[in-house]
Amino acid sequence: MKLSALHQSYLNRRRSPLDSSVDAPSKSFLAVFWLVLHCLCCLISLLLGFRFSRLVFFFLVSTPSSSNLYSPPFRPDLPPPRIDLTPSNATTAEAKTSSSRVVVGRHGILIRPWPHPDPVEVMKAHRIIERVQREQKAVFGAGAKGSRTVIAVTPTYVRTFQALHLNGVMHSLMLVPYDVVWIVVEAGGVSNETASIVGKSGVRVIHVGFDQRMPNTWEDRGKVEVLMRLRALRVVKEEKLDGVVMFADDSNMHSMEFFDEIQNVKWFGAVSVGILAHSGNAEEMVMSMDKRREMEEEESSSLSSLPVQGPACNATDKLIGWHVFNTLPYAGKSAVYIDDVAAVLPQKLEWCGFVLNSRILWDEAESKPEWVKEFGLLNENEGVESPLSLLNDPSMVEPLGSCGRQVLLWWLRVEARADSKFPPGWVIDPPLEITVAAKRTPWPDVPPEPPTKKKDQMSLSQGNNNVVVIPKHQQQQQQRSSKVRKPKRRSKRNKHEAKPTDTATQVSSSTKHHQERN
Amino acid sequence: MSNRLSLSAILLFLFFSASSAQHNVRTERISGSAGDVLEDNPVGKLKVYVYELPSKYNKKLLQKDPRCLTHMFAAEIFMHRFLLSSPVRTLNPDEADWFYSPIYPTCDLTPTGLPLPFKSPRMMRSAIQLISSNWPYWNKTEGADHFFVVPHDFGACFHYQEEKAIERGILPLLQRATLVQTFGQRNHVCLDQGSITIPPFAPPQKMHAHLIPPDVPRSIFVYFRGLFYDVNNDPEGGYYARGARAAVWENFKNNPLFDISTDHPTTYYEDMQRSIFCLCPLGWAPWSPRLVEAVVFGCIPVIIADDIVLPFADAIPWEEIGVFVAEKDVPEVDTILTSIPTEVILRKQRLLANPSMKQAMLFPQPAQPGDAFHQILNGLARKLPHDASVYLKAGEKVLNWTAGPVGDLKPW
Repeated sequence: MKLSALHQSYLNRRRSPLDSSVDAPSKSFLAVFWLVLHCLCCLISLLLGFRFSRLVFFFLVSTPSSSNLYSPPFRPDLPPPRIDLTPSNATTAEAKTSSSRVVVGRHGILIRPWPHPDPVEVMKAHRIIERVQREQKAVFGAGAKGSRTVIAVTPTYVRTFQALHLNGVMHSLMLVPYDVVWIVVEAGGVSNETASIVGKSGVRVIHVGFDQRMPNTWEDRGKVEVLMRLRALRVVKEEKLDGVVMFADDSNMHSMEFFDEIQNVKWFGAVSVGILAHSGNAEEMVMSMDKRREMEEEESSSLSSLPVQGPACNATDKLIGWHVFNTLPYAGKSAVYIDDVAAVLPQKLEWCGFVLNSRILWDEAESKPEWVKEFGLLNENEGVESPLSLLNDPSMVEPLGSCGRQVLLWWLRVEARADSKFPPGWVIDPPLEITVAAKRTPWPDVPPEPPTKKKDQMSLSQGNNNVVVIPKHQQQQQQRSSKVRKPKRRSKRNKHEAKPTDTATQVSSSTKHHQERN
Repeated sequence: MSNRLSLSAILLFLFFSASSAQHNVRTERISGSAGDVLEDNPVGKLKVYVYELPSKYNKKLLQKDPRCLTHMFAAEIFMHRFLLSSPVRTLNPDEADWFYSPIYPTCDLTPTGLPLPFKSPRMMRSAIQLISSNWPYWNKTEGADHFFVVPHDFGACFHYQEEKAIERGILPLLQRATLVQTFGQRNHVCLDQGSITIPPFAPPQKMHAHLIPPDVPRSIFVYFRGLFYDVNNDPEGGYYARGARAAVWENFKNNPLFDISTDHPTTYYEDMQRSIFCLCPLGWAPWSPRLVEAVVFGCIPVIIADDIVLPFADAIPWEEIGVFVAEKDVPEVDTILTSIPTEVILRKQRLLANPSMKQAMLFPQPAQPGDAFHQILNGLARKLPHDASVYLKAGEKVLNWTAGPVGDLKPW
């Protein structure tokens, strides 16, 4: 319908200048010309995808000042002619104040030439987000209620499993949302091994050396650990560190709720610790469990059958005693030496289950309660077994974790053999001598060489669970070496040459030594 | 004795200052003449008389369609209920400062829930005729000390299409009355000088049921859920939202910082609480409940609506709380937002966290101190005392009772 109106207007327009010279042939010529023009416009519209004729009409009809079009790049649609009225109203000065500057009607959709994110702005936005989140944390999160520093005391010494244990404790401490001071006491003096591990933590570390070497039996080790912890507490006293002292033995595992819970301690608190008495022998574990069940049926339930050490409360949530790990099932079968394949049992009361306010250890007795012994006067040689020795009155201990019902950390002792070796800093230097077959087919090119001289070396590696790699030129020192090597593949042809075949890749320090050995 | 009294007074003062200082870390009071007004108590400052209109103007409409209580125009109904039991209500019209007529013009809904404004002018007219003939107070001032709640799209212009609304203009009979409306745009025919802009109704219980702990980190930079193109009413594009929403989509659909889409997620409220900025662009009308939701959930509103007048603009300093972006600057919204200094952003968040700010945007049932009902009364109280010129001499007539389209003159 509209098109016909446009046609009419076109016709009218075209007719007027030509009216003066109208004659019959020009009329028919006009009709043909109009038809051709119309077809052309239709074709162009088909190509462009919008109504081309409207655009032409607009340019012919509209006045130049009427456009409120915001020159959009992709949307050439026109405003309907009615809109031209309002801008003409707004051109007069007083009309501007009474009518809205914001114009009703169709507007162009503004799209910038490159509607994609700008990386600089993205980085700025991420910085804003990070700052907002930090503020949220400070106002609503962990820092809101006046958080206290966590002072972690860890006795450690250099051995194979140290990296395993110490990394675990370190990662837990790094996740703590409060300030952390980590006092690492090392038996045998300060070493680079330990320093390199704890240096990566990012928390404040006080690395203290302890002059004794760690002994070989669990019992003696416990005693030395106590002395090391007391040494750390002396550091707390001397440096006047303020916060909550907890004992993070390096093989323990802590839950994050533990750190939130110990913020509530006033002077001296106790939490429940899960005791994982692991023995290397699975059969033994089963046997001891059966035995334990027998014992439970015989005796009363005074002995706790749960592997938990912690405070025991009565119905009104008052401390009445201690749950202690039941060691009877393991009597006689527990590990004595550090590398025994048997259950490692905890002491009567493990230190890790206790937390204390560092002010207990300070000198001036400002607000210290009277039931706390003076730490400076403690005689270590009297045999301090558990932290309760620091108190005059053990009944004043606060039970934490809903009165010991929540187990917030776990105690575990796992060690390798005492003489096990590991690369210093766990860096393999120089590179290994290992031959690995690159091509694995079910039908090898050559049958693998029967293992003859490799037998004695293989048996060694079975018995112990350690791996030692030392550079080839040290192989002469047999007593210190045990090596794991994969059987090499060689083609029949090159028995005496050490040329690498296409089925084998060799990683070795030098081929010369290779030949030497063969 | 006097020494002890002064000492205790000093101690009390120190105690209160200390406790208030602690409070200021989390939220910030909108201090100064603007913000303090939010906590004003209107009781005692004004008296409102509520006309007894027949129930065909209010209760019957509600009975016909109870959806009127939950849509975004429900403020008119709740204002009536609030005033009936409020201490500012007086039963003696001679001592009243303001007169309220309980009409629900936005309660004529289509089956899909949208209000039809076609009969509202006639309803208003018939109600005013009733008031002027049964009580003498209308004729004393020709309605200058009366107020009406007209929460529809364009207020008392009574149309949903802006062009038609501008054509109609404000209903002639309401020229002198105070209009309490959600629509606000400067230099617009449908906003009278003395009108009070209010927020649209958003259900407070529903919003409070979706609150999440405040320490959940805000990880979305910009958030928006809603239409960008209204294909039903504006298939060619460019009319809806004056092209601003479409511009937002075209410019930022590829931008990971902008979480924008047309979804209707069930976690809409929770997502707003995880966002730093919430876009509040205009739609067919410049106002939207998104502003209320953004304020309640602590998300900084980014208002894209030229010349908009926000709710309680004389009491709330919106420039300090939200970010205003001109419609022509929409393609640069990301540049604008990332160049705001972080200190300014943190301050805006602190102002938004102020509970009196959130309370002023809501219409809770029953009414609570500082809520939107009280802000409306505060606004009315600020317009008192009435200018002497408001009162007309006997027989003087200003309003033209026959003005307006012919269809409006039909009885309702």
